[in-house]
Amino acid sequence: MDDMLNRSDYILNVDGVSKAFGGTQALKDVQLHVKKGEVHALLGENGAGKSTLMNIIIGLLQKDAGTIEFEGKPYHVKSPVEAMNLGITMIHQELNPEPNMTVAENLFLHRESMKGKSFFLDKKAQNKRAEELLSKFSTPYGPKTMMKDMTLAQVQMSEIIKAVSCDARLIIMDEPTSSLDSNETDHLFNTIRELKARGVSIIYISHRMEEIFEICDRVSVFRDGTYVGARDMDGVTREELIHLMVGRKVTSVFPKVDCPIGDEVFRVEGLCGNGFEDISFTVHAGEIVGLSGLVGSGRSETVRAIFGLDPIKKGKMFLNGKEINIKNPRSAIKKDICMVNEDRKAYGLCLFRSLRENISLPTLPDRQRKPLINQQREKEEVATVAEKLTVKAASMEHNAYSLSGGNQQKVVLAKWVMASPKFLILDEPTRGVDVGAKSEIHTLMSQFASQGMAILMISSELPEIMGMSDRILIYHEGRLNGEFSRQDILDAHVTQNDILAKEFGQ
Amino acid sequence: MEMKSVEKKSFFKTDEFKLFMGKYGIGVILFGMLVILCIVEPSFRSTRNFINIAKQVAINGMIAYGMCLVITSGGIDLTVGAQLALAACLLGEFIMKREMAILPACIFTLAITTFLGMCNGLLIAKFNMFPFVVTLSMQLVIRGLAQVISNAQAISMTKEAFKNIYSGFVGPIPVPVILFLIVTVIMYLLLHWTKLGRYILATGGNEKAAVASGVNVFWTKVLAYTISGFLSGLAGIILTAKTSSAQSNLGIGYETDAIAACVIGGTSFLGGVATVPGVFIGIFIIGCIYNGMNLIGVSSYYQTIVKGAMIIAAVLFDKMMNQRT
Repeated sequence: MDDMLNRSDYILNVDGVSKAFGGTQALKDVQLHVKKGEVHALLGENGAGKSTLMNIIIGLLQKDAGTIEFEGKPYHVKSPVEAMNLGITMIHQELNPEPNMTVAENLFLHRESMKGKSFFLDKKAQNKRAEELLSKFSTPYGPKTMMKDMTLAQVQMSEIIKAVSCDARLIIMDEPTSSLDSNETDHLFNTIRELKARGVSIIYISHRMEEIFEICDRVSVFRDGTYVGARDMDGVTREELIHLMVGRKVTSVFPKVDCPIGDEVFRVEGLCGNGFEDISFTVHAGEIVGLSGLVGSGRSETVRAIFGLDPIKKGKMFLNGKEINIKNPRSAIKKDICMVNEDRKAYGLCLFRSLRENISLPTLPDRQRKPLINQQREKEEVATVAEKLTVKAASMEHNAYSLSGGNQQKVVLAKWVMASPKFLILDEPTRGVDVGAKSEIHTLMSQFASQGMAILMISSELPEIMGMSDRILIYHEGRLNGEFSRQDILDAHVTQNDILAKEFGQ
Repeated sequence: MEMKSVEKKSFFKTDEFKLFMGKYGIGVILFGMLVILCIVEPSFRSTRNFINIAKQVAINGMIAYGMCLVITSGGIDLTVGAQLALAACLLGEFIMKREMAILPACIFTLAITTFLGMCNGLLIAKFNMFPFVVTLSMQLVIRGLAQVISNAQAISMTKEAFKNIYSGFVGPIPVPVILFLIVTVIMYLLLHWTKLGRYILATGGNEKAAVASGVNVFWTKVLAYTISGFLSGLAGIILTAKTSSAQSNLGIGYETDAIAACVIGGTSFLGGVATVPGVFIGIFIIGCIYNGMNLIGVSSYYQTIVKGAMIIAAVLFDKMMNQRT
């Protein structure tokens, strides 16, 4: 074992760590070895135990057994603050900045500059210190910018700067790119490379294989709470990693099945709204149309407006050739237009209600016409849909909260499949979903299309867009800037680079 | 199927245990209280005393059900106490001063409290104002109305037929108990078996998701407050019959007992989580605290302390059984 020989090369050594919640063994005798100045990917399906281990490392959870060494010394912390003082910080996937704080206030939270030994804050000194820090990273914002005026990428960057300023030697990044567009992602990667050059180690958690290949040096794979193995990124293939992760070969990640494309189902003409302008396109029965573009280019804003969540300023919508008027989601659902929102926790689920209630909610007015709900029939209908979509849950009476991300996403899909829509909008249908569930969702999409559903899909992952779409529409700054057909992609006339070029406005 | 290893099964067992305790733990507590009171205090055991408790809790019970709907929709209704006073003063005005028949007087009274409940809902849902602030202010408006109507003077409700609403019997069962049971059954069906109930739970559980699922959140909220207004009016009629006096300072602090019954019964202040059987038991736990401690001879000051401690204990218990981590 090379790690036995050069123990001093490693900044973090986790050995034989176990953790149980009640009767569930979340981690079983796992190990993780991170070298100094490397970007170390942590791969595994949802529920593989990655988060549990990270939470133990930053002190949110306590391990049941095993040892952790950090910089050669035994490491045991009870809180994230303690971990931060020792040099380990985590950048969480969901950032919750205080909206009314300035950048400087957020940077120096809990370690504010004081006027001498008094109780008063020294804002001037603090802003100056912040200015110095920010200039090192050449950020477009200053110390007095309000957190609420910053984009998610900027908030994330300020969190990274905060970590560096606390002298963090190990930074854990949990799905750092899940809400970034490709431009912002590139920027983040540059920062990561800079950190690496300074000797900072990074544990990088992501479901996006391309990123791991791009930025990481080594990878450790977890499966069902156990450690499967570690590999150098040089010389490992994507297939091998997926195989390690799921323990089975996934033959095709994007199994779009070709099916005949029927009549026009949905059409918009000259749609204008907040964040998008003059959008016109059609979607046919059996067709999957992919919307590609940078985050903030108006993709999600368009579909939100179509579904009635946001107002439309101008433009017409047609369903089966007839002009329709959608005021709110209720009227959209009545017209058999359904949408899976990109933010499933905010718009998809009532987390503390049962799966049954969640799934049947949109279809209650349609399926339950009597004053009292026929719960027996409801249970049967929900069970049928859940089975069709392979939702893994102990029972339909459990809370949505208790499910993994992938299963929650399937519950959201189930909700809308119950409504048997003619036109289905999917906004980031596989965000934060593990590889297994992802391919299941893709299979389902193909199935729906072959049943004659018209599907509009938004995705920030180019391989997903390219693999699943019959046609790709590309957004740039609120307008459509190009269209590619599936045939172009199959014939390799069009590559990822072509799509990216259009997204950047060329 | 391959998911079900031995470990997973034992996990589901504890999970189900927690589900059970989360659902029925409060019933276990009530049962324990009853057993202890029966052993400690012989006079507690009589059928008459049990009927008595049911009669005593009827007023708080009706308010609590309305409160439960409102809290579950993600709000709060602080007007209930003032609504009781307004109902009393309206009844005094209608029955004693204008010599109206009892039934139309009651119907008018109910219509007015229901309308005011709807006003709460409209203000909250239409203008997206904080329920706490809206109902705190409306409470002043409503109690002021009661004072204007009664001119701040107590009216003695001398009509026997009216007093029978509280003291009358149907067979062996007092009228308020009958009314309370009817309301309980209706509320059970409403929350757990109707679309409105589902919508209230969904709206309180996650308003954005409810909107995106096609729920008419506006009317769902308005209806929750409207029903609360109606039930406060009904409780007001019974309370007026009980005290046989219509005055504008009735019902002060009644919202506390109603909220207490909801919370003890497992209604989450975050919204979206509640059961009618839970609130039903919560209502009786509050009733037993009063009744039991009166029989034992505990002073009412201590009763207040016990009630406060009970609410905190209930919330703590709920937190532990329904851990959201």
